[in-house]
Amino acid sequence: MLRNFAILVGAAIVLLAVIPIAATTGTAFLDLFETHPKEAATEAPEAKAPRTPPGGWPQQGPFGTYDRAALQRGYQVYAQVCSTCHSMKLLAYRDLETLGFSPAEVKAIASNYQVTNEEPNDQGAMYQRQARPSDAFISPFPNDQAARAGNNGSLPPDLSLIVKARKGHEDYIYSLLTGFGQPPATETIAKGMNYNPYFASHQIAMPPPLHEGAVSFADGTPATVDQMAKDVTQYLAWAGEPHLEERHQSGLKVILFLAVFAGVMYGVKKNLWSRLK
Amino acid sequence: MAAGKRVPFKNPVVNWIDERLPVFTMMQKEYGSFPTPKNFNYLWNFGAIASFMLVTMIATGVFLAMYYTPEKNHAFNSVERIMRDVNWGWLIRYIHMNGASMFFIAVYVHIFRGLYYGSYKKPRELLWMIGVVILLLMMATAFMGYVLPWGQMSFWGATVITNLFSAIPLVGDKIVTWLWGGFAVDNPTLNRFYALHYLLPFVIFGVVFLHIAALHVPGSNNPLGIDVKSSKDTVPFHPYYTAKDGFGLVVFLIFYTLIVFYAPNALGDPDNYIPANPMATPEHIVPEWYFLPFYAILRSFTIDIHIPFTSIVFISSKLGGVILMFGAVFLLFVLPWLDWSPVRSATFRPWFRRFFWVFLISCVTLGWVGSQKPEGVPVIIGQIATAFYFIFFLVILPLLPLFEKTLPLPKSIAEAVLKKSQGA
Amino acid sequence: MASPPSSADDDGETRRDFLALTACAMGGVGACVTAWPLIQSMNPAADTLALSTTEVDLSALKEGQSMNAVWQGKPVFIRYRTQKEIDEARAAPMSDLKDPQSDEDRVKQSAFSGKEMPQYLIMVGICTHLGCIPLGQKPTDPHGNYDGWFCPCHGSQYDSSGRIRKGPAPKNLPIPPYVFTDATHITIGKTAEKTTS
Repeated sequence: MLRNFAILVGAAIVLLAVIPIAATTGTAFLDLFETHPKEAATEAPEAKAPRTPPGGWPQQGPFGTYDRAALQRGYQVYAQVCSTCHSMKLLAYRDLETLGFSPAEVKAIASNYQVTNEEPNDQGAMYQRQARPSDAFISPFPNDQAARAGNNGSLPPDLSLIVKARKGHEDYIYSLLTGFGQPPATETIAKGMNYNPYFASHQIAMPPPLHEGAVSFADGTPATVDQMAKDVTQYLAWAGEPHLEERHQSGLKVILFLAVFAGVMYGVKKNLWSRLK
Repeated sequence: MAAGKRVPFKNPVVNWIDERLPVFTMMQKEYGSFPTPKNFNYLWNFGAIASFMLVTMIATGVFLAMYYTPEKNHAFNSVERIMRDVNWGWLIRYIHMNGASMFFIAVYVHIFRGLYYGSYKKPRELLWMIGVVILLLMMATAFMGYVLPWGQMSFWGATVITNLFSAIPLVGDKIVTWLWGGFAVDNPTLNRFYALHYLLPFVIFGVVFLHIAALHVPGSNNPLGIDVKSSKDTVPFHPYYTAKDGFGLVVFLIFYTLIVFYAPNALGDPDNYIPANPMATPEHIVPEWYFLPFYAILRSFTIDIHIPFTSIVFISSKLGGVILMFGAVFLLFVLPWLDWSPVRSATFRPWFRRFFWVFLISCVTLGWVGSQKPEGVPVIIGQIATAFYFIFFLVILPLLPLFEKTLPLPKSIAEAVLKKSQGA
Repeated sequence: MASPPSSADDDGETRRDFLALTACAMGGVGACVTAWPLIQSMNPAADTLALSTTEVDLSALKEGQSMNAVWQGKPVFIRYRTQKEIDEARAAPMSDLKDPQSDEDRVKQSAFSGKEMPQYLIMVGICTHLGCIPLGQKPTDPHGNYDGWFCPCHGSQYDSSGRIRKGPAPKNLPIPPYVFTDATHITIGKTAEKTTS
C-alpha cells in the first residue's frame, strides 16, 4: 500500500514541477483557439458597451410585449432602407400579418416583389412571378458572392436573427445604428470604412444607413434617426423571436400552475413524513 | 427465476400480465416497498430528476426530429422553421436546448453528492463506474447535439474538438479523417452526428437501467454514510420518496420553466444564431457551459515536452491537453480505489470535507477559466486549478485516510434521526 | 419498516387523501398540458398551411381544353367543357349513377358575380377506387364510354361531369372547394365564405 502511495506522490511532484514550466514557456498550442495570434503591440480597440435607449424596450422583462405600431414603422424602415443590401430570408410575407396588417394588405405588400417561380415554364426556362404571402422575403442579391461584389467585398449579413446573434442584442443594434460619427484624432479609419465605436475594431464597412427623414412613416411619427433606429431594432427583435409574447403568456400560466402544484406536493410530502415516528 | 413466491394482485388484468411477465411485482419490489434510508436530504432527489430529464430530452428530441433536416444546407433553416412555423416548435426546441443544461445541472449535483457522501465506496464501486459511463455518454450526446443546428459555434466547436484527436501519435490523423468522413467537418460529419445523437440517448437509457439495478443490490447510501442495520432505518420508497421526489421535481421544473419561458438563450452563445461559415472563425470559440471545466483543463497544458537534448516533441501541448482532459473524466473510474477511507460520509471526515469544498471551488473556477480567452491571468489560474484537480484525486484522497481523524459514527440511522428530532 | 400510519383522527386522513388526490390530479393535468404541444406540433406547420390554397389562371383555357393544376400536392383537373358535354352530363338519369349527384351540384362553385359558368369543371384528379390518376386530360387520351375520364389501373370510367359510371370506383371524382376571384381566376382551397385548413 505504501509503495503505491509513494508512486502517486512522485507523480504529483512531477505534475507540480510541470506547472511552473508551463506557465513560463508560452502558449503556442492556444493558437488553435484564437483567430488572432498575439498581436501585442497593435491591439484592436474594444467595442464600446452598448447603451439602452431611454424608455427601454417594450419586449424586455417577463411581461414584455412588442409595440405593434413600432413594429410596423420598423418594417417600413427595413423595406425602404435596409432591404437594399440586407436580406431577411427566414421571414415570409405572411408573417407580416402578426404586425397588424390584414391578409389583403399582406397580399398587396407581397405583390410588389418579384420572385423566381419554383418550377420552370413549359419551355424549361425559369421565370419571375409576383410574390405571394407564402413566399419568403426576397433578397437584394441572388447569392453571397453577388452581395460582396455589390458592397466592396463586405457581406451585409442577413437580418432575420441579427438581434439574437449579437452580444448586447437590441441595445447593440440600436447603439450601432445611432453610433456613427467622426472618429477621434487618435484613431485612423481605413479607406472605405466608417467609424462606429460600438463595432469591434471601431471600423465598419456599412455606411450610416439612417438619415433624418429617410422614411415618411405611415402613422405620421417624425422620422428622426433615433426613432427609426428604435423602431427598426424592435422590428428586428420581433423578426428573430416572433413568438416572444406567446412565450411570456404561456410561461406565466405554467409558472402559476407549478407554484400551486409545488405547494400541493409539499403538503403531501409534509403530511406523509410528519407522521413518521 | 423468481425469488420466492409471487404475491397475486387484486386487479385481474394486472394479475394476468404479472403471472406471465412479473413487471408489476418488480415495480412493487423496486419502487413500491423498496426499503430506503429514511434520512435522505434533498440532494438525493437529483437522480430522479436526472431520469426525468432523460425522458424529457428523448420526448422533445423525437418531435424535433420530425422536422429537422441533417444536411448542411438545410439544417440551420430547418431549426428556424421549427422555431417559427411548427406549432409549438419554439417551445419544444427551447425545452430541448435548455433541457441539456438542466440535465447536466442535475447530474453534476448528483455526482458531487456521491463524492461528498462516499457513495462510490464499497460495495457501490460498480454503481459509480456505471455512472461515469453515463456521464461520458451524456457528454458525447450533448456535444453531437450542439453540432446539429449548424451554427457558427456548432461548426467550430466540432472542428476544434474533432481536431484534438489528431494529437494521438501515429494514428491521430487517420482517426480524425475517419471521424469526419472527409477532410474537414462537413456534411458527412453532420449526418453521422445526427444518427449517433439519436441513438445514444437510448443507450443511456439502458445504462441507467443497469445503474439502478446496481444500486438496488446494496440499496442506497445515505447522508451519514453508515449501513442500514434494520428496518427501523428505512421507509418504503412509495409513498415517502415518491412524494418527496415529486415535490423536488416540481421545484426543479419551476426553475427549468423560468429559463425556458423567460431566458431561453441565457445559457447559449449568440454566435450560434449565425449560420456556419467554414471560411470565418468566430473570435471566441466556447463550448456550452457544462463543458467549460474540461475545456479549461484541455487548454491548461501549454508546453511541448521534448525528448531531452533533442528537438523531437514527445508530448505536444495538444496531446498533453487531450490526455489531461480525458484523464480528468477517466480518473473518476478509479476513485473508489484512490479514496480508501472506510468512512463514507464527509459528515464524519472534517479534512476530507474541507478539501471537498476546495475541490468544488476549483471545478467552478475551471468553468470560469474555460469561458475566458486563453491569455493572461486566466491561464495561470486554470493551470493551478487543473493541478489541484489532479492532486486532489491522486495525492490528497489517497493520503487523507493515513492522517485524518474521523469523527465517531452514529450507531444507526434510526438513532441519529431520533437524536436529531429530539434536539430540534 | 415504517408504513403510512393509519391516522386516528378522521380529519387528518381526509386532508391527506385530499392532498394526494389533488396532487395526482394536478400531475395528470400537467402531463396532458405537456403532451398537448408535442401532439399539436405534428399538425401542419404555418408554412405548410400557407400553401393550402392554389391560385389558377384560366384565361388561356379555351373551350374543349383541359388543364392540370396542383392543390395540396394533389392533381386537379380543370376543363372548359363544350355545350355537348354539359348537355350529356345533365341528360344522364340519376338511376344510372352509382354515386348520384347532379351536374349542377358539381359545378355550383363555378360562378362569378351572379353569372353561372357551368362550362368550368374543376375536380381532384385522383380515382376514388385506389388512387391512380385517370386519363382524359389530353385529347389523345382514352376517355371511356362517357366522354370523360378513364382510369387505366382498374378500368373505372367517369363521365363529362367526372361522375363514376362504370368500374370499381365507388364515388365521383371529388370537387374541391374553390372560388372565382374574377371571371378567369380561381383560388382552389377557398370557398366564398372560408378557407380550408
